[in-house]
Amino acid sequence: MKTNDKTPLMRVQGLSVRLGGREILKSVSLDLYEGEMKVLIGPSGGGKSTLLQCMNYLILSDRGEIELEDRHVDPHNARELCGFRQQVGMIFQDFNLFDHLTAVDNVSIALRKVRGMGKTEARDRAMAELSRVGLSDKARLYPAELSGGQKQRVSIARALAMDPKVMLLDEPTSALDPELVSEVLTVIRSLAQNGMTMVMATHQMGFTRALADEVLFMQEGCIIEQGSPKELLAEGSGTRTLDFCSQILEVEGCTP
Amino acid sequence: MNETLTVLLDALPFVLQGAAVTVTAVVGAMFLGLFIGVPLAVGQVYGGRAVRFVCDTYVWFFRGVPILVLLFLFYFGLFNFIGLNLNAVAAATIVLGMTSGAYQSQIFRGSILSLPKGQLKAARALGMSDALAIRAIILPQALRLSIPGWSNEYSIILKDSALAFVLGASEIMARTHFVASRTYQHLPLYVSAAVLYFLLTWAGVAALRVLEKRVRIKGYVH
Ligand SMILES: Nc1ncnc2c1ncn2[C@@H]1O[C@H](COP(=O)(O)OP(=O)(O)O)[C@@H](O)[C@H]1O
Ligand SMILES: [Mg+2]
Repeated sequence: MKTNDKTPLMRVQGLSVRLGGREILKSVSLDLYEGEMKVLIGPSGGGKSTLLQCMNYLILSDRGEIELEDRHVDPHNARELCGFRQQVGMIFQDFNLFDHLTAVDNVSIALRKVRGMGKTEARDRAMAELSRVGLSDKARLYPAELSGGQKQRVSIARALAMDPKVMLLDEPTSALDPELVSEVLTVIRSLAQNGMTMVMATHQMGFTRALADEVLFMQEGCIIEQGSPKELLAEGSGTRTLDFCSQILEVEGCTP
Repeated sequence: MNETLTVLLDALPFVLQGAAVTVTAVVGAMFLGLFIGVPLAVGQVYGGRAVRFVCDTYVWFFRGVPILVLLFLFYFGLFNFIGLNLNAVAAATIVLGMTSGAYQSQIFRGSILSLPKGQLKAARALGMSDALAIRAIILPQALRLSIPGWSNEYSIILKDSALAFVLGASEIMARTHFVASRTYQHLPLYVSAAVLYFLLTWAGVAALRVLEKRVRIKGYVH
């Protein structure tokens, strides 16, 4: 899946962020290659969400560069910024669906108002995306009528409709009841298998082992370990990553 | 007793025409207040320092000065000064609307702030500009949440509209006063006026409740 010979699709260099007088990200860098899936793990408060939001300019970094296909964006230029964001999809922990719109309208609204698509075209595209996440039959329902897993799948469909080159996923299953996690992971797995480039913060270790090309362990605003899941999670490797993961697995009551 | 009834029946068409004037002024003021209140609220929540200052100043001015003073200030003062020749009803509508704009902005502001923050983030992440996100995502939800506050505001403007009487606007209060001062049937006439105001309040609140049900989003509890 990895194509290391080429230039990265997205490049993050020396990103630093201060919020509320504290340094939240300390010169974070990563290269994201086409078709790659990187997983961010690490303790809560380590800066995973901040990093992901910086990568979409939802938070402006104080220092550092973000390049998509070798192009740099001026975040103060509204047109460039909106163009960039369309190419970088974002999935949030708590879904953030638009509560006043049905599932299909959640997916189609940006197609119409940002892409300028006609009503029918946008609707058809939205229906196609909903069926891709297995929700064709829920298209007319409002967010409040959907389960958490269904909401997250709608939010994935909404992001996919913009044809993003990269998807950023911030703990997409953390707000879900346990029995709803797998339906969302199944959708993300099929994205990965179809070559979507992704960065995902998650604590789903089985999923990470099976699908991550690289694991980044973040703590106190730094990436302190990175490598393939095999390396970092090998029995007896003594990594912080392994240590952290055995802790969460213990809490969840299973073994690594 | 018979005489009272005759006076009331004779006065009824005259006073009801006043009710039409009152309703026109109140509905006009509600809509003017809406068009002023929404940008004020958006400015207060999302604006930069200068925009927030302008909006705050507007709100404080209209909340801080009694309506009676504002009516005189605008009708006899400002409108004359700028050479605007308005009749009393139009002037009262504008003053009530501008005042209501200040109060309505606080209703909308509260509604906007009560929405989950993530909605704006999600809209931005899809490539929407802030203006588009506010228009297409934030306001449709905030306005729905504002309807109960809006119906409260309606009942307040309706009652404030009686003050337009002092400008000589021929609304309910002015016409009732006119008849009462000629027939000396003060008690039954003002009781009728009170009942009329009460019925208008009730009808407006009921209409807004219907609107609230109409635009309610399924399953949405906020
Ligand atoms: N707007 C903010 N102002 C101040 N501190 C913030 C803000 N947002 C996040 N933080 C802090 O930044 C740190 C990293 O947070 P976050 O990126 O959410 O970590 P993670 O997603 O890994 O749990 C936390 O300590 C959090 O309290
Ligand atoms: Mg987080």
